[in-house]
Amino acid sequence: MPIDYLPVFLMVAVVVALSAFILTLSRLIRPHNPYPEKNRPYECGVDHVGEASAGLFKVQYFVIAILFVVFDVETMFLFPWAVVLQDMGLFGYIEMFVFIVLLLVGFAYAWIKGALEWVS
Amino acid sequence: MGVLSNQFQDNVFFASSDAIINWSRKSSLWPQTFGIACCAIEMISAGCARYDLDRFGVVFRPSPRQSDVMIVAGTVTRKMAPIVRRLYDQMAEPRYVIAMGTCAISGGVYNTYAVVQGVDHVVPVDIHVAGCPPRPEALLHGFVQLQEKITGTRVLRVQNPDEPAMETS
Repeated sequence: MPIDYLPVFLMVAVVVALSAFILTLSRLIRPHNPYPEKNRPYECGVDHVGEASAGLFKVQYFVIAILFVVFDVETMFLFPWAVVLQDMGLFGYIEMFVFIVLLLVGFAYAWIKGALEWVS
Repeated sequence: MGVLSNQFQDNVFFASSDAIINWSRKSSLWPQTFGIACCAIEMISAGCARYDLDRFGVVFRPSPRQSDVMIVAGTVTRKMAPIVRRLYDQMAEPRYVIAMGTCAISGGVYNTYAVVQGVDHVVPVDIHVAGCPPRPEALLHGFVQLQEKITGTRVLRVQNPDEPAMETS
């Protein structure tokens, strides 16, 4: 029944109205005086040196993180699969091999494309 | 300045609005977390459990974007002055400055080429807290003085030409 969700809709309406009211009121009252020195990135008052993207944060970690997630999910499926393997029999056994091979194809593709090369 | 700043005549509604706005401003004076010299030790002591600045709503913040008060606690050298000025510039308005200690007020004993003779040369100071260094009670007194200064501010009402406008720029 949609009427059962009335408290949820009321809650959403109150939240939206209250946040709109607060944001509008503070926009009307607060001082608004931007200038370039105020809008600079905050770096403890000194000039910042270099680019954040070229320094400590290597973009290569992103690919490694994605590959990690792939195998993480695989492990997550392997545990419940191992629990019910007795009931599923040969079909479940073969099915998991198909799943692992599919993941390995993706891994081999990433390897061949050079995702594991550390180019700095 | 704000959309509605200093545009309304004195009446009960806007006087009460100003009172509420000033009450909220003075009850949440958040200083920046930085100390330039030895006065900072007394400032830290005032912020910790024994003197407990928190009971005045004074909570130290790590970023100028979130803070209202700058406590200049110590000797400001000429090399440090542009940094202090930039930190002041990056604070959100309305913002206030407390010059803590003799060095920040006038340069103190460091009457040399390397030291700014009073942080008034760099940023507009609202409250001077005298002492070398001031005790934590003196800093508490400075905060109470700042709260009293904020109390009478005209936010929505037009400025009274008789009294000097409060410097908020």
